[in-house]
Amino acid sequence: MSASLAAPAPGGFGRMSLRLVLIGALLLLALLPVLNRLPADSALHVSDFIVSVSGKWITYAILALAIDLAWGYAGILSLGHGAFFALGGYAIGMHLMRLIGPRGVYGHPTLPDFMVFLGYKELPWYWSGFDHFPFAILMAVAVPGLLAGIVGFLAFRSRITGVYLSIITQALTYALMLAFFRNDMGFGGNNGFTDFKELLGMPLNTPSARSTLFYASLLLLLGALWLCGWIARSKLGRVLVAIRDAESRVRFLGYDVTQHKLFVFVLSAMIAGLAGALYVPQVGIINPGEFSPGNSIEAVIWVAVGGRGTLVGALLGAFSVNALKTWLTTVAPDLWLFALGGLFVAVTLFLPRGLIGLFSKAAK
Amino acid sequence: MSEAVLYLDGVSVVFDGFRALNNLSLIVEAGELRAIIGPNGAGKTTMMDVITGKTRPTAGVVRFREHDLTKMDEATIANLGIGRKFQKPTMFDALTVFENLELALKAPRGPMACLRWTLSGEARRRIEAVMEEVGLSARAHDRAAILSHGQRQWLEIGMLLMQDPELLLVDEPVAGMTDQETEHTAALLVRIAGQRSVVVVEHDLEFVRALGSKVTVLCEGTMLSEGSIDHVQNDPRVIEVYLGR
Ligand SMILES: Nc1ncnc2c1ncn2[C@@H]1O[C@H](COP(=O)(O)OP(=O)(O)OP(=O)(O)O)[C@@H](O)[C@H]1O
Ligand SMILES: [Mg+2]
Repeated sequence: MSASLAAPAPGGFGRMSLRLVLIGALLLLALLPVLNRLPADSALHVSDFIVSVSGKWITYAILALAIDLAWGYAGILSLGHGAFFALGGYAIGMHLMRLIGPRGVYGHPTLPDFMVFLGYKELPWYWSGFDHFPFAILMAVAVPGLLAGIVGFLAFRSRITGVYLSIITQALTYALMLAFFRNDMGFGGNNGFTDFKELLGMPLNTPSARSTLFYASLLLLLGALWLCGWIARSKLGRVLVAIRDAESRVRFLGYDVTQHKLFVFVLSAMIAGLAGALYVPQVGIINPGEFSPGNSIEAVIWVAVGGRGTLVGALLGAFSVNALKTWLTTVAPDLWLFALGGLFVAVTLFLPRGLIGLFSKAAK
Repeated sequence: MSEAVLYLDGVSVVFDGFRALNNLSLIVEAGELRAIIGPNGAGKTTMMDVITGKTRPTAGVVRFREHDLTKMDEATIANLGIGRKFQKPTMFDALTVFENLELALKAPRGPMACLRWTLSGEARRRIEAVMEEVGLSARAHDRAAILSHGQRQWLEIGMLLMQDPELLLVDEPVAGMTDQETEHTAALLVRIAGQRSVVVVEHDLEFVRALGSKVTVLCEGTMLSEGSIDHVQNDPRVIEVYLGR
């Protein structure tokens, strides 16, 4: 990485003020579903749209956090984290499909509609177990973790770094997208899964389901923030920063770099998978488009915009870029991709430390 | 009979047809301090690269005690007890002096061990003692990026001390140091040797003389002469290729 891109040491900025702002923002966020219950004519009333959109953004923020742990600290620039997110989404999607039961259009007692349509006689073996929620959650974590473990092991052991690693991860998500588009994979082809009815006995698309999923996401965000923060402040965090800045030097101190990189990459993929598992019930659909390479790149841009290697920056980036996207896609949908590209260039050139960098400037 | 800690025999390294090391043999004994001199491009750094696993020899034997180093990776070799200071001081610029030393401190190296690591009073005292030794106590919480070249040399020497290796490979430690610091470094290395084996590469002959150790002269990847500093300085072959220029 070039010197100008080098992220600051963890925790090097105006810590106290930043922490206060963060706590304030999270508290405000936690209030949204409560304000949503106020009468519609109340000045403080928050619309359903705001609640569901914020719930979705929280899962994006968790994905951004996962990317920041791998990229901002260990220097692993994954352009395939969207794949881990989507795999987590598919795992919970399979569970949601099983819960539809005989309520599908074809009314088949066990088979989801698309399987009836495609002439399946019975559930494929890899669908078994997904009728249980804990199993689905386990898979939402384990499958991304396992995939990251295999890809990471092969790449890190061969000392594939930098742009080559980014290309491999991009290829990974692209290959998965093509695979999931196929009807014979048993994942619903290009339509994916949708028309979900309920989760954990709770009918979806009701205010109470919305706020439950919202708070579950917020809880996961806090948990992920705590976990990543613990790693960042530990000696492991400093080893990762050392690997990011001078990988080969770390080896001469006796650290097995492959092990350390594998550890964060797998953990990061697992967090991304969980985020995806909370995303899907909130948006009500998962299809192979979630694997599209652009999604992974966009998520990396959130982190770059917020400021990598700071964790809080990842949250800030995910919320602000998605706010911009939501606004822009309503007023000028054609402009979004140009705006995103322009934003990335502008941040790289003028704000190498991201929005968080503005904070530390202001603190001085 | 004293025991060989480092044993190189017939080592050659060929880069695209160019012989950086040519049938080099070298034995360093337990507790020995050895100086290596030689003109630019003689292969001194390449020799350290071979010992530490950075470069694989094209031919030859490289052993550390009973271990064959040619089959091991850098981290395994480091954990056997071989520490290295690079010619161009390299450390972790985003971390402070203290943190750099903490990373070098001999301790379990796995991810979980690092995650659970807490700095004991004993470890803190060791780091503080080394900072004192290398004169960086006042800079403990400054990032390595802002140190001067001489201070970076000292920090990397400090990191080497933290690793507590059995064999220290020190590549040009006194470049960028004042005369006084050079003397201090020489005294430090002499003191370390005895319990440890130390191999020092250096161009500064005053410094090499101050080490008072056996000297090996490398030239074009092979050993040209070996003995006391006076012996090699009077060796006509050495005078021709190196000192006489
Ligand atoms: N990775 C490499 N690829 C190609 N040639 C190399 C490589 N590493 C070293 N060399 C060459 O091998 C020769 C020996 O280099 P080396 O760095 O070992 O010399 P040195 O004795 O340490 O010199 P100096 O006193 O300048 O540090 C040089 O000619 C160098 O250009
Ligand atoms: Mg050299």
